[in-house]
Amino acid sequence: MSFGVVAQQAGLSQLETIVMSAIVFAGSAQFSAVAILAQGGGAGAAIAAAALMNSRFLPMGVAFAPSLRGGPLKRALQGQAVVDASWALAARPDGSFDRMLLFGSSAAAYVTWVTGTAIGAVWGGVLGDPEDLGLDALFPAFFLALLLNEARSGRARGVAALGALIALVLVPLAPAGVPVLVASFAALIGLTRGAREAVLQRQEAEGEAR
Amino acid sequence: MIAGCALVTFAIKAAGPLALGGRELPTWFTSVVVLLAPALLAALVASQALADGDRLAIGADTAGVAAGGLAAWRTGSIILCVLLAPAVTAVLRAL
Repeated sequence: MSFGVVAQQAGLSQLETIVMSAIVFAGSAQFSAVAILAQGGGAGAAIAAAALMNSRFLPMGVAFAPSLRGGPLKRALQGQAVVDASWALAARPDGSFDRMLLFGSSAAAYVTWVTGTAIGAVWGGVLGDPEDLGLDALFPAFFLALLLNEARSGRARGVAALGALIALVLVPLAPAGVPVLVASFAALIGLTRGAREAVLQRQEAEGEAR
Repeated sequence: MIAGCALVTFAIKAAGPLALGGRELPTWFTSVVVLLAPALLAALVASQALADGDRLAIGADTAGVAAGGLAAWRTGSIILCVLLAPAVTAVLRAL
């Protein structure tokens, strides 16, 4: 909804705004692209900002990839379903993903996103500011709840703390989107011997259980 | 501009599954992937709740997210967390 309002202020037509949500379907990237336009930037700069904002989907896609089956085209299309919330929701503690949960929650998110954009674009003027409703706290709170669920081991907590620290240090320094991408490198702690042994032990335990 | 954004988004989302899908991966890779979720989630929380654009900022949303997090930690309920966080934020802004 707020995207619909913001895009109008940046000079997009109602139709352009709704089409953008329907074919791009990446909230934060759309906001950054439109913010560049609103500041008087060109299309090239807007697209570059969207690409940087979306760069976090690279590590997310890498993590999701082993859970996908089928040929290259099918995998590439399934990869389009990745958005932050459904990716986080579908992640299992063993590193695999619940594909159907991810597709289902993304489908619901898509319908809500496009409908919300349309409402914001057409009736934005009368709705007031979404920030007054505290809606900007919704997603970080959701991610925090998933993180508390996810980070059971001491190692996962350490990686989470490191990821948050990297993001905070980079927020004032790097363009939007880059802090979250670079924070994913905190997961390279998994290359240490202890982390590899933990995965091996779990795989053996699962093998015996079968 | 819209078509360009759609194309780069498609390419970025396709890259991981295209390069790596459909086969077994070595243990070292799995051990990194397992830790990607906590790293990315924590970075998303930090960059959204503790910053405003490219500036570090603590505000009503920070307090709301903290309240939601506390509720999730004490009760284990994600629903309670996502209801409480915007509510606390909105009340603080209305004061």
